[in-house]
Amino acid sequence: MSQTIATPPTVRLDSDVIGKPINRTEGPAKVSGAAKYAAEFDVTGPLWYGYIVSSPVAKGKITKIHAEEVLAIPGVQRVFSHENVPSLAWFDRAYKDDVAPGGSPFRPLHEPEIMFSQQPVALVVAETFELARYAASVLRIEYDVEKHNTDLESSIDEAFDAPKGKTGFLPPPKPKGDMNKAFAEAPHKVAGEYIHRAQHHNPMEMFATTVDWLGDGKKMKIYDKTQGAPNVQQYIAKIFGLSKDEARIISKYTGGGFGAGLRPQYQVFLAVMAALELEHSIRVVMNRSQMFSMGYRPHTLQKLRLAADDLGHLQAIEHKALAETSQFENETETVVNWSAILYDAPNTNFDYQLTKLDLNTPADMRAPGAATGSFALESAIDELSYKAGKDPLEFRLLNYTYEDPSENKPFTSKRLDDCYHEGAARFGWEKRNPAPRSMRDEKGLLVGWGVAAGCWDASTQKAAAKAVLTADGHLTVSSATNDQGAGTYVIMTQMAAQTLGLPMSQVTFNLGDTDMPAAPVQGGSWTANSVGAAVKNACQEIGKKLLKLAQKIDDSPLAGVDFEDVQFVDGHLRANEDITRSVAIADVLAASGEAKLEADGKAGPNPLNMLKYSMHSHNAAFVEVKVDEDLGTIHVTRVVNAVAAGRIMNPKTARSQVLGGTVWGLSMALMEETYLNKDFGRYVNHNYAEYHIPTNADIHKIDVIFVEEEDDIASSIGVKGVGEIGMLGVAAAIANAVYHATGKRVRELPLTIDKLL
Amino acid sequence: MSLTFLQEPLDKTAPHVVPAQSVTLHVNGQARTIQIAPWTSLLDALREYLDLTGTKKGCDHGQCGACTVLVDGKRINSCLALATVYQGKQIQTIEGLGTEDNLSPLQQAFVDHDAFQCGYCTPGQICSAQGLINEGRCKTVDEVREHMSGNLCRCGAYTNILSAVMEVLHDGEAVVDNGVLITIPAQPTKAVS
Repeated sequence: MSQTIATPPTVRLDSDVIGKPINRTEGPAKVSGAAKYAAEFDVTGPLWYGYIVSSPVAKGKITKIHAEEVLAIPGVQRVFSHENVPSLAWFDRAYKDDVAPGGSPFRPLHEPEIMFSQQPVALVVAETFELARYAASVLRIEYDVEKHNTDLESSIDEAFDAPKGKTGFLPPPKPKGDMNKAFAEAPHKVAGEYIHRAQHHNPMEMFATTVDWLGDGKKMKIYDKTQGAPNVQQYIAKIFGLSKDEARIISKYTGGGFGAGLRPQYQVFLAVMAALELEHSIRVVMNRSQMFSMGYRPHTLQKLRLAADDLGHLQAIEHKALAETSQFENETETVVNWSAILYDAPNTNFDYQLTKLDLNTPADMRAPGAATGSFALESAIDELSYKAGKDPLEFRLLNYTYEDPSENKPFTSKRLDDCYHEGAARFGWEKRNPAPRSMRDEKGLLVGWGVAAGCWDASTQKAAAKAVLTADGHLTVSSATNDQGAGTYVIMTQMAAQTLGLPMSQVTFNLGDTDMPAAPVQGGSWTANSVGAAVKNACQEIGKKLLKLAQKIDDSPLAGVDFEDVQFVDGHLRANEDITRSVAIADVLAASGEAKLEADGKAGPNPLNMLKYSMHSHNAAFVEVKVDEDLGTIHVTRVVNAVAAGRIMNPKTARSQVLGGTVWGLSMALMEETYLNKDFGRYVNHNYAEYHIPTNADIHKIDVIFVEEEDDIASSIGVKGVGEIGMLGVAAAIANAVYHATGKRVRELPLTIDKLL
Repeated sequence: MSLTFLQEPLDKTAPHVVPAQSVTLHVNGQARTIQIAPWTSLLDALREYLDLTGTKKGCDHGQCGACTVLVDGKRINSCLALATVYQGKQIQTIEGLGTEDNLSPLQQAFVDHDAFQCGYCTPGQICSAQGLINEGRCKTVDEVREHMSGNLCRCGAYTNILSAVMEVLHDGEAVVDNGVLITIPAQPTKAVS
């Protein structure tokens, strides 16, 4: 029985701005070059440049730094290293940011020990960028080199159960029934091992910090590339013993993040340290090679066993994963749990382990854990559908879950079935010949059609916003949230405009400054939901003040009307019962004589609903590939990505999120792999030429469908978020389509030419 | 057992300090004179010395295209160009194509088609697209895809970039949706020189 919980449809008005495909409000700034990113802000007084020196060895100890040779160069100001970094906060907890995993966080330039290749070992500060770069290139450093281990495959024996310690990490679900017996007895079964190696986020903007030394005590304006200014502020303030006033973090535009900017990166530490020591404005920018020195999607080995009965019903699900982490932190992802949410079986077994290697700590990367787990799960499900003699789509519908089996809770909403149906119709799935190697195009290329599903949390975090309505009728709303490209600027402007019935042109939304009310890091697809609710609440508080002031007007048409019975439309307050009882906001402000109205709004998770329900967004990806068997080349010629993610605030920017997610799925399936040279313990393709991501020529038709989904339990504003969901299912759907085209089941990503020949 | 590893300098013979010299660049119709070391890239000259930060640094190795500018109407990677070599040439950056209040048709098309997300590759994409239009040899979606492939977009806005470029390339007569040409212009349209 369906446990879908629906709410009555809301009345939609022409003046509504939520749900409309409105252009990004920051669009003109971005396309004209006016939008300022972290490395682009002016400072008061001259600016010095810091250039980071990275370790060439994976493990060992620095024995000598020939800093004097570099300091002799005129214009070089300082060489910072573990030898001269001032004593800072002593305890680990000072270095723990809001989203740190368990363990001891890395402390830049803290000690001579080298824990991973490309570890930052020095910062050279000079009067120009060119000089700092040159001086860094000639700095001689001596190391005692120790034997390292960066080989996951040969370290399986050292694996341990992934510990708790990171917020949001769910341990594997408890086992059910008798997995081994059920698997042994089932008529249809598959067992497979799935592998992908490290992948690096590589946002287009390299990590950068510009510190504006204001010359007033320790006060600084710290322009940082981050997905969360408040998280950087608490990190910097704790380490350096600064007040919030001294360590103001500003991040107006973030040139992509995808998870790389969730935790404060080491360039912000280095820049602030140098500014404090030199009492000078400073800019530190990583180079592209150093963008491979930080967190990454960890190399993960997965084992799946699935079994079904004669009718095609799942009888057994086993999903085990082993991922790498650093020697000093336990980065955990939720990898295997998705197999217990998307499908149900009477016999299950789940396991998730880590192994410590001489590498930096991995980091959350778009759809962390789910992208990993869903590739393996949805590949195995596809394989089992062929074994059971069922169409892959039919097999998924046959094993559809109406409740979340991992927690035995109803979903607040789950329209995955509609994603399947609407996606299949748009794609033309009914024309598919089920036999592998049965379809070819007019040029004779093998054609394959594949499908796969995905699932992601719909979560709410604590967030706050402030709204100010000035006498001229302009509404300014602010929150220290982020926009790494997700569309935060425009959707929050829409939310504010909608709540008070104002035109978009009369509303401004500001973000990315720790002087604003706190908001969580932008990740986990929770910004639209969390910050959106805070913005709505702040604006409603303004609305309540407006109503009180309107009722003070002589013979007020709204006398005696409760706030719940008032609507805000077209710049007016109107009584719901009789919309002719109306007062213009402008008139209320004029009559009141107030220069401005201010209000704060907060939002956060609803613990009671979280106990009672499972909250998720879902998608189904349909993919067409064409394979040239002689060359082993794969082209993704068509994708239909059908998404059920609650209310879509802005179909234009939400579609872009899903387009981007689809490109990420394609990239994971066909291109992305950071090659680790185990002899050197070092990633060797650390640049954009050798770390492959799609170009324009790789991307063809992508159709995005948003399935209607009403859900006021998962979120007070009906929003589930779309940042991650679009990526899910895509990689598996491509691998499944390649199987359908070629008859070859590839379980190792990326699906490069060599794996098909 | 331990082994000592010495990180050798990249170039022992490089001069320690290269004196700055006067360099005059013609950017967006204006002559600007700056004091820079001869090894300063055109990209760094624009960003660090001329405060024209619309041109972006994504890799500094000619691999991503974020630094694309137009020199005498042709697109180049400014990170692979030494500023001093470009004296006497007409350099056009994103700031010279249009302003926030007065966008060029390409800039407006990028906004309308949501052809960007984070916006960091965008100035390079737009300068590259302007260069493509100036070149006058691309007409079809496949040609535009290929000739826009020197500009990486990690957000994955490629299908929307294609729509925006095709619209301007064909004076608003080409409609590209989801990466597929929907309306083919009746006549091959002129290239903008």
